[in-house]
Amino acid sequence: MLTLENVSVNYGAIEALTGISMQVAKGEVVTLIGANGAGKTTTLRTITGLLEPRQGRVVFEGKDISGTPTHKLVARGISMAPEGRGVFANLTVRENLQMGAYLNKNKRAIASDMERAFRMFARLKERESQKAGTLSGGEQQMLAIGRALMSRPRLLLLDEPSLGLAPLVVHTIFEAIDEIRSEGTTILLVEQNAHAALGHSDRAYVLETGRIVMEGPSAQLAADPRIKEAYLGE
Amino acid sequence: MSRYLRFLIIAVVVLGLLFGLDYLFPGGAIHPELRKHLSDNAARLLPYIFRIAMLAGIAITLAVSLNLINGFTGQFSIGHAGFMAVGAYSSAYFSVNFGANLAARLGGGKPAWGLALVLATLIGAVCAGLAGLVVGVPSLRLKGDYLAIVTLGFGQIIVVFLNNIEAVGGARGYSGIPIVKSFFWIFLIAILTIVIVRNIVKSAFGRALISIREDELAAEAMGVNTTRYKVMAFVISSAMAGAGGVLLAHFDGYLNPKSFEFIKSFEILIMIILGGLGSIVGSVLGAVLLTVLPEALRGFAEYRMVIYSLLLIILMITRPQGLLGTTAAFKGWRGRKQKRPRSRTETEEITAEDSSAIDSVAKATLGERQRDSSLGQGEKSEH
Repeated sequence: MLTLENVSVNYGAIEALTGISMQVAKGEVVTLIGANGAGKTTTLRTITGLLEPRQGRVVFEGKDISGTPTHKLVARGISMAPEGRGVFANLTVRENLQMGAYLNKNKRAIASDMERAFRMFARLKERESQKAGTLSGGEQQMLAIGRALMSRPRLLLLDEPSLGLAPLVVHTIFEAIDEIRSEGTTILLVEQNAHAALGHSDRAYVLETGRIVMEGPSAQLAADPRIKEAYLGE
Repeated sequence: MSRYLRFLIIAVVVLGLLFGLDYLFPGGAIHPELRKHLSDNAARLLPYIFRIAMLAGIAITLAVSLNLINGFTGQFSIGHAGFMAVGAYSSAYFSVNFGANLAARLGGGKPAWGLALVLATLIGAVCAGLAGLVVGVPSLRLKGDYLAIVTLGFGQIIVVFLNNIEAVGGARGYSGIPIVKSFFWIFLIAILTIVIVRNIVKSAFGRALISIREDELAAEAMGVNTTRYKVMAFVISSAMAGAGGVLLAHFDGYLNPKSFEFIKSFEILIMIILGGLGSIVGSVLGAVLLTVLPEALRGFAEYRMVIYSLLLIILMITRPQGLLGTTAAFKGWRGRKQKRPRSRTETEEITAEDSSAIDSVAKATLGERQRDSSLGQGEKSEH
């Protein structure tokens, strides 16, 4: 579904990604783990067209999307819950979700999608007419994910959904990820929380200083001694 | 239907009221019949009060239109006077050279002059809108503060141009513009501006603009073509500023490039920051207040501007978001402080609602994942 072919990205003279190749097949949850500065966010930014690869290409459903403006990707079926949540603080929860369905003009479809988001995150229903800026960090993350789903994406990109959240909330977020996957949405999950990410994905890529150093089924990676030492602290 | 009916009734009442005022105070002076019933003092004071009221009406048009781009879209423009000047001079040029001719050929009555004025306003708004397009397209492609710099430059350039164009009087100023001191006309434009901005803000387009203000990247991720939307908002805002300029051009029948220097842009900016960015009522309030205040402080003679400035400073310290605003004009400082209660709310809610749930789940999660180093690696935990 999504393929990165030998992608290299530079920030000026500094090479941030060096010849990355990865694949996400339909229906999979693929996770990209790595420490700070490994290039996780750069990879996502390249997929979403915020950065243009110096070399290589990004292919989505058979079409080259390298450098396509971000706003055009939504119509193609890619949706993103940005890092740091990026909810619209002065809009209400409901208005945030409506923004997620911005390109959808069918009111009935929007209403049913909104019901789905509220079913998935009951907390959001309680906060429906509250401004998003007054929500807790966990609720904002739920909102960011719910909003990203409003455009009915075929591929959902999640950038560090557990960042800065308490364990209880992280638990809820990952349960939601399982649920989204069970509904057939493909997910690319970028995470620092390797333990949770590996426990809720099919396959994983490990990124270190701009290179993919390991890849394979998540269960297998979680059992790998090198991963255990470097990312799981065992 | 009842909504339209209500709207219709309000429209008729307001327009009737304005018409009545125009009848009683033709051209800002007092109707001779009315004069007979007034004391000398009142007769002296009333035209002055109405002059200020009309200036406030023009200020409302300018402030509300600037709020669309600065307050709702979150793009910092400080060249509003420049667009106003484009509207003022282009419409004045039309009125002087063609408007009078046109009105005469149409019979010269009130309706003919009205039509000429409508045309002048359209020309002013369109010219200012085009100027907005020229300024906006290159500068709004970029994110950040570039718009402020470009609009500041534009405002200066326009003044230099006007000072050197002989056809519109150059530095001497442009005189001989037909005078239209009409409540009806001024407040019709002001109300139209308010209605247009309000409808934009309440629409899906407006929600997209607000989402750009809140988080441009996230808005882009929703499928909003942010550059295009910013330019559209900027052009609409400029066109309405142009209409405000048209009103001013025809108010005294005289224009001078000096009145469009950057201090004028700041005046409008202060109005919307004081009234509250992102609030239409706030902009109206700010416009009225900043038009009336300097007049009301005349009693203090030379201390006037000192008191005026002090009032502004005190207001900004006590209410950084403005009188009725939702967002602070300047992030950081107080803006940062206000964000903090967020985490407090969560702690309270959690302890109240599901402290037992936390205990059980946290035990389970932490028990299993006690050595999950990544958990601690995130920023700080919200609890």
